[in-house]
Amino acid sequence: MEEYKTITQVAGPLIFVEKTKPVAYGELVNVVLPDGSTRKGQVLDTSKNIVVVQMFEGTRGIDKSCAVRFTGDIVKLSCSKDLLGRILSGSGEPIDGGPPIIPEERIPIIGSAINPYARKYPREFIQTGISAIDGMNTLVRGQKLPIFSGSGLPHNDIALQIARQAKVRGQAEEFAVVFAAMGITYEEAYQFMKEFERTGALERAVVFLNLAKDPAIERIITPRMALTAAEYLAYTYDYHVLVILTDMTNYCEALREISAAREEVPGRRGYPGYMYTDLATIYERAGRIRGRKGTITQFPILTMPADDITHPIPDLTGYITEGQIVLSRELHAKGIYPPINVLPSLSRLMKEGIGEGMTRDDHKQWNDQMYAAYAEGVDLRGLVAIVGEEALSERDRKFLKFADEFERRFVNQGKYEDRDIETTLDLGWELLAMLPERELTKIERKYIEKYHPAYRKKKAS
Amino acid sequence: MEMSVGEIFRISGPLVVAERLKARMYDLCKVGEENLMGEVVGLAGDKVLIQVYEDTSGIRPGEKVVNTGMPLSVDLGPGLIGNIYDGVQRPLPLLKEISGDFISRGIEAPGIDKKKKWDFQPLIKKGDEVKAGQIIGKVQETEVVEHRILVPPNVRGGKVKEVYSGNFTVDEPVAVLEDGTELKMAHKWPVRIPRPYVEKLPPVVPLLTGQRILDTFFPIAKGGTAAIPGPFGSGKTVTQHQLAKWSDANIVVYIGCGERGNEMTEVLEEFPELIDPRTGKPLMLRTVLVANTSNMPVAAREASVYTGITIAEYFRDMGYDVALQADSTSRWAEAMRELSGRLEEMPGEEGYPAYLASRLAEFYERAGRVKTLCGEIGSVSVVGAVSPPGGDFSEPVTQNTLRIVKAFWGLDAKLAGRRHFPAINWLISYSLYTGTLADWYAKNVAPDWNELRTWAMSVLQEEATLQEIVMLVGSDALPESQRVLLLVARIIRDFYLSQYAYHEVDSYCDVRKQYDMLKAIKTVNDWFYKALEAGKTYEEIEKVEGFDEFMRSKLERDYKTAMSRALEKMKKSLGV
Repeated sequence: MEEYKTITQVAGPLIFVEKTKPVAYGELVNVVLPDGSTRKGQVLDTSKNIVVVQMFEGTRGIDKSCAVRFTGDIVKLSCSKDLLGRILSGSGEPIDGGPPIIPEERIPIIGSAINPYARKYPREFIQTGISAIDGMNTLVRGQKLPIFSGSGLPHNDIALQIARQAKVRGQAEEFAVVFAAMGITYEEAYQFMKEFERTGALERAVVFLNLAKDPAIERIITPRMALTAAEYLAYTYDYHVLVILTDMTNYCEALREISAAREEVPGRRGYPGYMYTDLATIYERAGRIRGRKGTITQFPILTMPADDITHPIPDLTGYITEGQIVLSRELHAKGIYPPINVLPSLSRLMKEGIGEGMTRDDHKQWNDQMYAAYAEGVDLRGLVAIVGEEALSERDRKFLKFADEFERRFVNQGKYEDRDIETTLDLGWELLAMLPERELTKIERKYIEKYHPAYRKKKAS
Repeated sequence: MEMSVGEIFRISGPLVVAERLKARMYDLCKVGEENLMGEVVGLAGDKVLIQVYEDTSGIRPGEKVVNTGMPLSVDLGPGLIGNIYDGVQRPLPLLKEISGDFISRGIEAPGIDKKKKWDFQPLIKKGDEVKAGQIIGKVQETEVVEHRILVPPNVRGGKVKEVYSGNFTVDEPVAVLEDGTELKMAHKWPVRIPRPYVEKLPPVVPLLTGQRILDTFFPIAKGGTAAIPGPFGSGKTVTQHQLAKWSDANIVVYIGCGERGNEMTEVLEEFPELIDPRTGKPLMLRTVLVANTSNMPVAAREASVYTGITIAEYFRDMGYDVALQADSTSRWAEAMRELSGRLEEMPGEEGYPAYLASRLAEFYERAGRVKTLCGEIGSVSVVGAVSPPGGDFSEPVTQNTLRIVKAFWGLDAKLAGRRHFPAINWLISYSLYTGTLADWYAKNVAPDWNELRTWAMSVLQEEATLQEIVMLVGSDALPESQRVLLLVARIIRDFYLSQYAYHEVDSYCDVRKQYDMLKAIKTVNDWFYKALEAGKTYEEIEKVEGFDEFMRSKLERDYKTAMSRALEKMKKSLGV
């Protein structure tokens, strides 16, 4: 391997190297520091004159006399079934004190795009046991459904509850979990690890940890490492893989840092113009493929700066992912867990995953009705603030009550409460029964007669 | 121009700089040992700037670059229908055959099957004089599409020396002219150059979509342009899919530009199953898909809209009505921005290149209802989805689009939140075609169509004003007549505007049914006011019998019977 001692410039996380042999775009680079330690980097720009390298572990201590070694290889992950149960660093090195991973295959982490023609549309209902998700924004296998959270909200508890409870009904196969932490605190990571150990989930998990103290630029490759491991498990060993990526906001910050160091023209709020494409190359790695058993379901978590859903990070994410689960500070303050605000939340793939044979025949119309009724109740709250509840008609008061009960009884549940879909739907019917029957315009007669508590009681008597 | 060979000087993501290469702008190049496809986008000194349509990882300076001397072109001929392409017209099924479930690099794949034989039936004979754009024969490409074979627009034409009939591949000659020119079933056309036509015609025929809010309130004409902007989750893609499914066009070209992979899969799985209400045949038999999903190379995304519209123009030239859906033009604009950034061009607004507005205008201008070179009338209607960041319509892509398009269907996150779909906000949307199409509706649907439409819209407008008052004082404080108006407005919203895309009956609503529904609402409205005059209270009117039945009647296959039964009940209960 040829060595060059021709670093001419160091700028933030980037080093500029001159007079090299032809270096490939995306090539993996090792830089040897005067103390003998090595750091990894990747080629961002290459020409006959100069090569720009982004250093994953920062540039502290790098000087112009450092030796730069171009490996002739692009960044790869050592993949093996033995990844399960292991804890790795953000760049894929074991940090659990265990033996090195003996690769069955070394796979480039960049990943190729799945041919849309080879994809299979996700339609298998995943029961998470959380009513606000199963009933209102159903998750299906192969979906990418992020949690839009804010600082101080219990997104980690929700992610853990999903990882713990998620199942496809009537099937014994379990999920393998790939967990990628990007710039989260030790405490948060500890909570995850402890929970994984407690429930025995760690045996079925691959953990990539890049904590807040770890180099920021490493975060650029952490999610790609994680997804490469997930793809290997899904497509080579037929696992159903649940990938939790947290916190994508930190990933985007790292992306912005590199872009700034390269003096690129910034897009909105200083984030690079290619952030959409970049995020897409991560999120689009979820899915199912025709003729393959394994699947990849993604649960990215991101904290919205200042709870602003129009901030570029949640905004671009929402345009790529198949919906979003939005947490609300207001509900959290009311003591409701999980504080999921269903109105801005959405699951784009639910329509194919619910209904007869998947959840229950009434689910679709039930869902429309629940949404419409809750939205109306929430709207009325604005009115009450101005004119007082007395000024409302009887009908409106019922809707107002519905909205309160919806939050208190339907959305609210225990962290270890695992509601099956029937429980969720019946609970919804109980709430809908508070409204005059003529207001249930979105539900067909036959379902009202079948599931409305009033008719059920009649039948029972 | 002959082929020229140079070498790579620099690689920065999708941008490759080559040296010692003879090149013109927009020449197609093969980059590196793996022959990645690229297009010349700039010349600077002795350097040539190339945007590459495939991932450039692992490519090194010094590798060769070959200039084909040809601009980026698409293959046009039988075999387009039912196909699904990437942004540079490589068939995705073929790519899957060659490289498996994941797309690898450097694969060449012709846009149409060169080996398949088609039954060519000539429409000309020996000795005929043919000219550019003329139809010389036909091929039954699918059960519903008769593919008309054209003299390529860039061939001068002349006297026919030989003409054949029977089974041929697209590359075999089906006719020979006296000057020796061979005419084949397929030809190439550069995507960035609009195909010629004789003249543009006024947009006086609506493109019926089966969507009540669109056909009734904000129609688009055949050959017209429309934009659907909206924040994520407001239903842009579902609306686009609905248009692709139900538009009364002969051919549908659907461009998935930088969007989700699963959405394209949905189209692929669904369209062969869905039946066109007009032909009774699967919708796939009239559809061409271009899918360059968000994780596929960004330069190919930039090219995808040109690939799509060139295919659309080709079918227009046969005299067909083509509906083109582009989802989403924002992703296209972002691809332009990304490439412009790599070229280190001076940015305009929000980092978009200064030529954003002119590129958008050029694209939409390729729509139109035209007299084709062969004398037929054909049209390309373009509907572009726009995904404004944060749902903010003041951003450059939305604004520059609105300056060009004639119909604006503004999606609203609030409506989507309460599951009112399609979440098109009737207060901010508009269509400049309503005037030019009024005659058509009066003649072909009903003479009082335009009055009913205006009446319904005025109720909705009035409602919006009243809602502001209600927000302050509550609805009980309003006079009874205004409360009735609010009730009627609710009927218009829930019964008429709200339409279930996934309901087997409601998904498509024929204009005739639209008229019947609208007429029924007007009737109910008149009865309400009559009852009010006769001394009934608002509460009594609101609790009228048959109301729920009426609201659900649209979901019945035999909506007429259900609706008139419900109306009967209401009439009796109101005592009018």
